[in-house]
Formats: sequence, structure tokens, C-alpha cells
Amino acid sequence: MSTPGLRGGIERFGNTVGRVLNRGGSASAPRLDLSHNIILYLEGISVSFDGFRALNNLSIYVEAGELRCIIGPNGAGKTTMMDVITGKTRPDVGSAWFGQTVDLLTLTEPEIAEVGIGRKFQKPTVFAEHSVFENLELAMAGNKSVWRMLFAKMTPEQHLRLDEVLETIGLKDHRSARAGSLSHGQKQWLEIGMLLMQDPALLLVDEPVAGMTPQETERTAELLVSLAGKHSVVVVEHDMNFVRSIARTVTVLHQGSVLAEGSMEQVQNDPKVIEVYLGDGH
Amino acid sequence: MNITVKPDSPSATPVLEVEATEAPRQLAKHAPPTPYQLLMRNDLPSGLFLTVLAIVTVVVPILHLVVPEGNVLHLSSYSVTLIGKYMCYALLAVAVDLIWGYCGILSLGHTAFFALGGYAMGMYLMRQIGTRGVYADPVLPDFMVFLNWKELPWFWHGMDQFWIAMIMVVFVPGLLAYVFGWLAFRSRVTGVYLSIITQALTYALLLAFFRNEMGFGGNNGLTDFKDLLGMDLKQPGTRIALFVATGVCLGFGYFACRYIVRSRFGRVVQAIRDAESRARFIGYKVENYKLWLFTFSAMLAGLAGALYVPQVGIINPGEFAPINSIEVVIWVAVGGRGTLYGAVVGAVLVNYAKTVLTDALPEVWLYALGALFVVVTLFLPKGIVGVLPDLKAKIDTLRQQRARRAAR
Repeated sequence: MSTPGLRGGIERFGNTVGRVLNRGGSASAPRLDLSHNIILYLEGISVSFDGFRALNNLSIYVEAGELRCIIGPNGAGKTTMMDVITGKTRPDVGSAWFGQTVDLLTLTEPEIAEVGIGRKFQKPTVFAEHSVFENLELAMAGNKSVWRMLFAKMTPEQHLRLDEVLETIGLKDHRSARAGSLSHGQKQWLEIGMLLMQDPALLLVDEPVAGMTPQETERTAELLVSLAGKHSVVVVEHDMNFVRSIARTVTVLHQGSVLAEGSMEQVQNDPKVIEVYLGDGH
Repeated sequence: MNITVKPDSPSATPVLEVEATEAPRQLAKHAPPTPYQLLMRNDLPSGLFLTVLAIVTVVVPILHLVVPEGNVLHLSSYSVTLIGKYMCYALLAVAVDLIWGYCGILSLGHTAFFALGGYAMGMYLMRQIGTRGVYADPVLPDFMVFLNWKELPWFWHGMDQFWIAMIMVVFVPGLLAYVFGWLAFRSRVTGVYLSIITQALTYALLLAFFRNEMGFGGNNGLTDFKDLLGMDLKQPGTRIALFVATGVCLGFGYFACRYIVRSRFGRVVQAIRDAESRARFIGYKVENYKLWLFTFSAMLAGLAGALYVPQVGIINPGEFAPINSIEVVIWVAVGGRGTLYGAVVGAVLVNYAKTVLTDALPEVWLYALGALFVVVTLFLPKGIVGVLPDLKAKIDTLRQQRARRAAR
């Protein structure tokens, strides 16, 4: 799947020209090409931090519209993988492509968000001083250049969309509440709402149900399942019951590379997985 | 008094509601607010400040020009200049609060931009002196004749034109802030490191402007100004015109900052302040936001400096002193960081205290300023303007508790 250097170079050049010509324009990002029905390619990615190999020759492919769960013991490299995809961490070697045309390793975090990858963090990070409404407004898809924002006004359609999301995440009665004053579960939901407003093609969701009540967990599962198909969703989660309830394909990470991949049942019966991950409980 | 309000009287019903059909009404609920609503909604303090500013801008000239000397109400030209100075400081404080209070960029070098604006104005005023200088050279300012310079350095050309000078007043600080910010924000320099390099920036400029070869009058700076736009700077009318111009600039500067912090741009900027990396992952180019806000703030500071110089009659490298920039930050902290009116209140109160104290007990002032900063940081994290809302909240909870006890 390695792109010939020339082709990559020409594309990168084209992207740069496009960005220069469209300074601040929303069309500056290359279009997402899903012609091979794969939305995310991670190939041979390695990341080291001071000698510690967080990711070790990791290769993962995510299909368009898929709901993929990633599990693995602590330190398996789940969060680092997300950091690589969203541009926070650059790998030492390897390649990361979004669809056929977008080389993630050449883009900055905001550019990656613009091409259509949204991320929900492990620790809920909402904008504490802003209201719920403003949090969603900030996350709203669209042109995010400085000048647009200075004169931006919400269209009635955007208002309706925002109301819809408020309804979905069950925070309609809290629309003007300070986000910092919400409960932990509500913050998680607000962050999911922000992802929905961003309307990304690929959602990266890091431990969405940590600290949620069973009912909240159930509703989150429903929501994520309903999102798959229209969006591709990658969920990192520790809660095995939750994974079992939503997973179609599960990838098990161990020491920075893929240990096993398959349905939940296959994975659970894999002796290697049992040894490193489920081993303690058996 | 016998006024009754009929809630169901037809005139109270907006026409739009009556005529709208069901679907448009749902949209009309979200109709965008008018600019005035956008500016003034939920903001009593800003309205209050702008009203007070308007009154001061009108009343002070009357008290100075119309009320005869000797009358109790007469304002001396000293007082007028003093209030004018406070207003310049207030504009500078608003500029600092805009980046520190709203974006978390603690600039400890903002008076560099203030001084640059002041120097641009000073250069114009120097060129206006003409043959009235000690050496009576029609082109060269006195200090250049004194240094035996034969011709005007290139950057002094055109500065005899008021409009060019006024462009330079905002362009030079803006350009410096843009270049500095571009380098600093691209490299993701934040927090205390950024503060330190802003200190270094203003200190470097201080040293540079002290040098005679720089062509800005060395340690004497620029002074002995005669007139502005043909008006004698010693005339009361000119002083009042400057005063009114300062009031108007402060009003517009405040208005502009308020517009910015209330726009979605402002909400993005505050989001960057609270969770910078989160803002990046949503798709905001954090560097650009910081860069434009920083540049705008520097331009405002330059404007404040330009208004300050003709009123005090001198600009010298001392204005670049790092301590000055730190003082501005203290004004903002004392008044209330993150509220524009707080910055104004802080600038005026601290400077008034400085005027009084440096007159009565000059050696105490710096200690008092330091103590004030410590006290405010420890006990009033939201500054002086944060006291009232906190007090109100406390009274409210007390009242609720009492009501609950009474209900039991």
C-alpha cells in the first residue's frame, strides 16, 4: 500500500498550493476518497518515548462505516495510537492515511480535524467556562478561520441542528449551564455532542463510558451503534461488557502492536489474548 | 401613580408573531440579534462604563473651559492632563486584558508597543517644531543637529505628515507584534516562557532606544513639542481636544474589544485559554487566533501611547522599562482580569493611588503596589470588580438559608 514517492510528493505539493490559494477557506483540505472502502490505514507505525516503544510496527485498517473496538491492557499504546492519528504525536516510522488521498502525517491537528477526524478524550475535556450551548457551537463543523469567526452568526438551520444534538445527548435543560458545572457523565455526553456537531467521517472515542452509570453506559452504547454506518467509529475501552455490547470487530493491542483481531468471540478464545489480557481473571 | 400593564393588550404582541406561520416561527425564534443587542445584552457594567466615559468626556472640557478659574468647580489643566493620562492607561490596560484575561497570553512587555506608538507620535511632533528649535534647523530635530548629523535618517521621512504618522502609530507596534507573535506562537511558546521573552523584547528595545545612533534622541527621548496639526499644545483648547480624542479612542477601543470578546472569535479565544489542545482537535488554528489577537492588542497599545505623548509632552526610552509592563499587568489583576471594565477600573484606581501616594510618601509607593498585588492575588482572585458579584452571591445564599430555616 506504499505510495510511490513521486505521487506523494505531487499530492503534498498540490495540498500546499490548495492551502495557500484557499487561505482560510474550508475547501483547503483534500477530499476524502473512500474508493477502496477503507477509511484509515495505519502501517508499520512505531513511536518511542525516551527508549520506551509505545507503538511497535503497528498496522491497523478501519473500514468505512465500521464500528471498531480497540482493547488492550494499560500501556498497550491505545492512546498513543489516537495521538498519531490526530497529529499530536509524530511516529518515528510508518505511514498513516485517511482514505486514499490524505496523508495524516503531513497535517497539523486543526487540519486533521478539518479533513474529518474527530476525537473524544479519555478525560472529558469540555470548555469549562463556556456554556453547554457555546461548547457545541464551538465544535460546529464549518469554516474556522479567524475572520469568519469574528463576524460569524449562527444560521437558523445551525440552531436547529444544535437543538437536535442537545436533545440527542440529553442536555436540553442544561443548554445555558456552565460546562464546568456538569456531572462527569454529562461532560462525557457533552463531549460526544461536540463530536456530533463536528460531524466527522471518523470518530475516535477514548473510553467513552468511564465513570458513567449503567443507564448512561447503555445510552452511550446505543448512540455509538447508531452512528456507525454513516460515520466510522473507533472506540478504545476498558469496560469489557460495554465492548461486548457494541463490538463487531475487536482489535487487541499489546505492547504497541496488534495481538489479535476478529469478532469478540474469536478474540476471547484466542490463547495469546487470554494469556496477556484476560489471563488474570482466568 | 396609576399605571397598569395589560399583558393581553394587542399592542404588546409583536406583529411578526401574529403573521408568522408555524414553520417560519420556529426559525424566527432564532433570528440573529441586532448589533446593538449583541453589544449590550447582559452587560450592565460595560454600559455603565461607557456612560461614565461619555459624561467625563463632555463634562471635563466644560469644567475646564467654561467654568471660570477660582470657581470651586473649575478643573485645572493639571487635572485635565491627569485624567487624560488615566484614560490612556485604561486603554493600555484594556489591550493587556484582551490577551491576558481572555486568551491567557501574559505579556510582560506590552508597554513596548505603547512606547512605539508614542515614539511614532513623538516623531511627528518633533518634525512640527521646525525652525523654532534651539538650533533652528528647518528639517533636522535639535538632537540630530547636536550629534552633527547632516541629513534625516530614512525612517524620519514622511513623519511630518500627520496621516503617515498616525498609520505608523498602529502599524509599527502591529508589525512588531505580528513578527514576534508569529515566531513565538508557531513554536508553541506559552506560559511563563512567553512572558519572559516579552520581558526580553521590551528590555532589548529599552537598550536600543537609549543609543544615540538609533536616531530617536537617545536617553533624552523626544520632547519640547510645540504644536499638533497647527494647534499650540500649550493652549487649553488643544489640551481639551486631545482629552476628548482620548476619551473617544478609549470608548471605541473598548467597544472594539467588547465586540471581539463577544463574537464567536472571542469564544474561540477563551476556549484556547482554557483548553488549548482541545481547541486544536476541534479544528481551530490556535496560532492564528493568538497571533491576530496579540497584533490587535499591540495596535491598541500603540494608539494609547500616541495619545499619551502629546499630553505629557515627552517620550523617552524609560517607557520601555520592563517594570512598566509589569505594572500594567498589576492594574489588570487588581481591577479584575477577564472583564474589560475591570481593567479600566484597575488602571484608574491604581494610578490614582500612585498619584496620591507618590506625592505624599514617594518612597512607599513601590511597596504599596507590591502589597496591593499580593493582597489582590490572595484574597480577590477576580479583582475589585469581582467583589460585588461575590458579595451578592453570598447574601443570596444566606437569604435562602434563612428562608429555608423559616420554612421549617
